[in-house]
Amino acid sequence: MSDFPFLSILTLLPLVGAVVVAFLPRTRPGPAKYVALGFSLAVLVLSIVMWIAFQVDGERFQFRESYQWIPTWDARFTFAADGIALVMLVLIAILIPVVLLASWNDVDESQRSVPAYFALLLVLESTMIGVFAAADVFLFYVFFEVMLVPMYFLIGSFGGPRRQYAAVKFFLYSLVGGLFMLAAVIGLWVVGGHTFDWQALVQASGSFETDTARWLFLGFFVAFAIKAPFFPFHTWLPDAGAAAPVGASALLVGVLDKVGTFGILRYCLPMFPEASRWFAPAALILGVIGILYAALLAVGQNDLKRLVSYTSIAHFGFIGIGIFAFTTQAGTGSVLYMVNHGLATGLLFLVVGMFVARRGSALVSDFGGAGKLVPVLAGLLFFAGLASLALPGTAPFVSEFLVLIGTFSTHKAYAVIATAGIILAAAYVLWMVQRTTQGTLNPALAEAPEMRKDITLREKIVVAPLVLLLLILGFYPKPVTDVINPAVEATMQDVGTTDPAPTAVANGRVAR
Amino acid sequence: MGDLKLPDIDYGALAPMLILFGAACLGVLVEAVVPRARRHGVQLGLALLSLVAALVVVILERNTRIVTIGGAVAIDGPSIFLQGSILLLGIVSLLLIGERSIEAGGAFVSQAAITVGSQKDLRQAGSSGGATEVYPLTLFSLGGMLLFVAANDLLTMFVALEVLSLPLYLLCALARRRRLLSQEAALKYFLLGSYASAFFLFGVALLYGYSGGVDLASIHAAVADPARSEVLLFGGLALVAIGLLFKSAAAPFHVWTPDVYQGAPTPVTALMAACTKVAAFGALLRVLYVAFDGVRWDFQPVLGAVAVLTMLVGAILAVTQTDMKRLLAYSSIANAGYLLVGVLALNKEGLSGTMFYLVAYGFSVLAAFGIVSLVRDAEGEATHLSRWAGLGRKSPVLAGLFSFLLLAFAGIPLTSGFTAKFAVFGAAVDGGQTWLVIVGVITSMLLAFPYLRVVVLMWLSEPGETTPAVSVPGFLTSAALAIGVIATFALGVVPAPLLDLTNDAANFVR
Repeated sequence: MSDFPFLSILTLLPLVGAVVVAFLPRTRPGPAKYVALGFSLAVLVLSIVMWIAFQVDGERFQFRESYQWIPTWDARFTFAADGIALVMLVLIAILIPVVLLASWNDVDESQRSVPAYFALLLVLESTMIGVFAAADVFLFYVFFEVMLVPMYFLIGSFGGPRRQYAAVKFFLYSLVGGLFMLAAVIGLWVVGGHTFDWQALVQASGSFETDTARWLFLGFFVAFAIKAPFFPFHTWLPDAGAAAPVGASALLVGVLDKVGTFGILRYCLPMFPEASRWFAPAALILGVIGILYAALLAVGQNDLKRLVSYTSIAHFGFIGIGIFAFTTQAGTGSVLYMVNHGLATGLLFLVVGMFVARRGSALVSDFGGAGKLVPVLAGLLFFAGLASLALPGTAPFVSEFLVLIGTFSTHKAYAVIATAGIILAAAYVLWMVQRTTQGTLNPALAEAPEMRKDITLREKIVVAPLVLLLLILGFYPKPVTDVINPAVEATMQDVGTTDPAPTAVANGRVAR
Repeated sequence: MGDLKLPDIDYGALAPMLILFGAACLGVLVEAVVPRARRHGVQLGLALLSLVAALVVVILERNTRIVTIGGAVAIDGPSIFLQGSILLLGIVSLLLIGERSIEAGGAFVSQAAITVGSQKDLRQAGSSGGATEVYPLTLFSLGGMLLFVAANDLLTMFVALEVLSLPLYLLCALARRRRLLSQEAALKYFLLGSYASAFFLFGVALLYGYSGGVDLASIHAAVADPARSEVLLFGGLALVAIGLLFKSAAAPFHVWTPDVYQGAPTPVTALMAACTKVAAFGALLRVLYVAFDGVRWDFQPVLGAVAVLTMLVGAILAVTQTDMKRLLAYSSIANAGYLLVGVLALNKEGLSGTMFYLVAYGFSVLAAFGIVSLVRDAEGEATHLSRWAGLGRKSPVLAGLFSFLLLAFAGIPLTSGFTAKFAVFGAAVDGGQTWLVIVGVITSMLLAFPYLRVVVLMWLSEPGETTPAVSVPGFLTSAALAIGVIATFALGVVPAPLLDLTNDAANFVR
């Protein structure tokens, strides 16, 4: 079964879907939506089959495929997935149908083309899968850059007010990062013996000169830090998150930004181990600043979508310190955090989107006492908020806890400071929930006709899988950690910081 | 008087040039004998036929590696590849030049000598067909370019430079609309071009004094001899380089570019941006790699500074432009900088990467100018940026194609712009020119902004009252657009065949 070309089909299938959808007539939106949903469900089924076929105790990279592309540069279509990539691929496959369903009627009333919107979402899915499945640095870079184009048009053509500004800012920030990475990719290709193969480069990395490796690390790291985004490269995210249509926002913070943290784990750490250790203190400090600074800003936001964007930046700080703590426990926690954050923040964005669609505004001050009108939706917002602040019993708790104890074992001070982020998280979530759904009913809110309609069947189908997964993974994360753990252990070995004690703890308390 | 020993002439190797020059002379005769009504068709057919024939000969001669007619012309890998590229790009530009369905009579005026604004001028503006002399002129120019990239001594190179330049000066002046601007462009190009030619010639004289010969091989031999005067060497090299950098539109010899690109008829601008660039860089590559590789350490930093300046000037000034043709002109200057980065790698990869870049950029820029020629209103082409607002709503296909080309210029993967940049930057890092690559990357970031602004204008802005109509392209322009866009995409996705070709071709003969 593992000879089946899972990854290339997974990458191509949404692209084929996008082409089909794009050629459907824009006058009748129905077929386009169903075809798009059909393709995304096919991808989901395929990814679940792949999950089952993945051997947990097998090789680090599975489903490897390699086809010739540009022999002059030794660039190949090489796909392979380790545990980290696998969980991200499944996350994408789950989120896309959910987002498609959530965006079902978003474009209908505008003058924009419905097929174009759904086709762009499928193109985005294809590029996101490609970026996680690539095992060739050149191929990775290609997907990394091309990913910008569909997202740019999703924000720019289908977004809310200030979409032009947000789209351009998003594109330019990402492109700047991408070009730094291009310089580093070229440098890596030259010093790494004119190859792009990931494994060959990791093997060659031992012979890199220290200075060269540090510069190359920096090139990759800046690109990933902008993408993630880490403080101080984060300013594009609140604008983009607020201006994009909610479906695109959910994908933007749920998956697209994980490319940054994934890239650090897959490329920066194994290829430049010495440089990673050298830069780790700086990265940890940026992570801790991000946690506190973004959480403080989130408390003060009046726009729900901006608020959720800022909470994401804080969460990326946690992921960042988990990666650069260099323990298997914290690393596993970080990867698990990437998955859980995709589910929790994705849910939060989608529920916020349901509120915004009813009220026609994303400002907290336009709500107030909404729980009296739409009690189920208000409850959902509360649940999504709790998941996002990592309440025990929801999935993010497991990952946040792992990150903190894993970090504590090597960097006590950072872990202690980061813990303050949990308190701030409680503040921004609870205060936001209180101001929107609790208290006296805002009279203007009561007059909005749409606000009388509580959750619809379509919306129930949208939130159900995410809510279920958050609860299940909150109580029983073992299936996911089992897949992640070996890949993270291998990565930490590449960095050369094996720490036996925390590994034992991770196996003892979490994995078993 | 002893017996004159005639040099050996390999007519097969020279055939592409002979075909073009012959067809150009024939074209002049056609002007004299064929009735006016049928001239356009005959001239276009003749020109296309001769270009295709020359291309076929180039392909048949692909394995020739000789120096012929007494060392004046070298037919080797680079010259054959570059001649092939010039012919291919020339065919596509000729399609744009020959288009007459967008505007009655085509983009060219019928009698350029008539005073602008006179009664006669008003009469000819409306009705009469455009000048058909453009076809022989184009053929002469393209023939000169073929010779320019193959010239093995500096005098032949100078003659070729003049043969390719003089028809271009004339072509610039032939715009049907905005004739004063066009004539100003032509005059400016002519004056500055003459200065550049004079510099080149003076440089040739100094190098003759230095080495006792004008052929590249004897200069190469002289450079290896440390006893000679370095003043003559570096003075000559600098002056020759100025002449070549002028044609390549490198800073600080670039000032003519925006004015000329803006004023010239758009198909001619396309021809200059694509073919002239190939020719100029082809000659620059040959001079630097064949004659002066012995003093590479001396000229590398100087030309490196020129490359940095070119990239910065092109990128920074592109940000401030409000006219589409000027924007593309500054982008073309910046691209000249990227090409120089490839040239300065001074290794086989640099030669191969530069040649790849020239072809990739040529096709994209031809298609881009082809689209510029379609966006028009009653006054002719609407090139001001503000007029492009909301174009995506009015004609999504065209705006989509143009956005794709802009993404290619910005170097986004899956376009030829990315693979080409990768080829030259990779070669430069290999050749130890990392600092040039870093400047190249930074200027690419700057350049992304103006490109993106145009994309935003077309797609995200509401169409204004004055958004012009987009003409339905005729068959010729459609073909040119299709070729340009498909090449841009294909070279981005499957660059391997062309890269293999440039790699095999990347060897000069001495």
